[in-house]
Amino acid sequence: MRHYEVTFIVDPVLSGDEVKSTAKSYQDILTSEGARIIHVDEMGLRPLAYSINKRSTGVYYTIEFTSETGTFIDKFELTLKRDERIMRFLTVKLDKYAVKYNEDKRSGKIGKRVPKEPVVKKPLEYIPYQAFNPEAVNSKRSAEPEVAPTEKPQEN
Amino acid sequence: MATQDEIKFLSNPNIGQKQKKYCRFKRFGLKHVDYKDPDFLIQFINQQGKLLPRRLTGNSLKFQRRVSTAVKRARHLAILPYLSDLLK
Repeated sequence: MRHYEVTFIVDPVLSGDEVKSTAKSYQDILTSEGARIIHVDEMGLRPLAYSINKRSTGVYYTIEFTSETGTFIDKFELTLKRDERIMRFLTVKLDKYAVKYNEDKRSGKIGKRVPKEPVVKKPLEYIPYQAFNPEAVNSKRSAEPEVAPTEKPQEN
Repeated sequence: MATQDEIKFLSNPNIGQKQKKYCRFKRFGLKHVDYKDPDFLIQFINQQGKLLPRRLTGNSLKFQRRVSTAVKRARHLAILPYLSDLLK
């Protein structure tokens, strides 16, 4: 039993129903070949990083499925390749970590990363300028007990 | 204001010390690199959309390989660009 995942981009020029029926037809092909569909992820209309066939957006679909034998996948990919409604496709074999990752993503354990809050710097404390006041210093000096300065040995 | 007693060094001793790089996959226990997540993969490519070397990202060899396959898959599916200008 192996897990696979096929991602494909459907042409956005088609109407919404046509896009859905295209995705459905590939699900039907998979089930008729004996694969068990685990999840269909409809990512919806997304902008492409570069234009493909003069289109700048595409409808993304991801189908995760399991199969005992992967022999039909070549045939399945050929039908995808011949289909003009499909702009790109990619079939990937999933390892156990990828299966777990997809499960966690579905159950919401892995979500969108929350951007960190920017660190707010505290403004420096404002110390008002104090003009030199000799009287204040003198009064402070007189309040403190005067320490007798230790006499240093005089140097010759 | 720092008083005279608090000043211990003339210059900041942390300047010039290299921070040890680490593999974020190993440290945070990430086992899988998802090729459908461009926000995550963008950390491993530069402004032109080229893959960053291990020397800069600090990834272990095992996960650098997985990152590179994930980025290449994402490029094929137009999730990441093959080449770009000012990506970030």
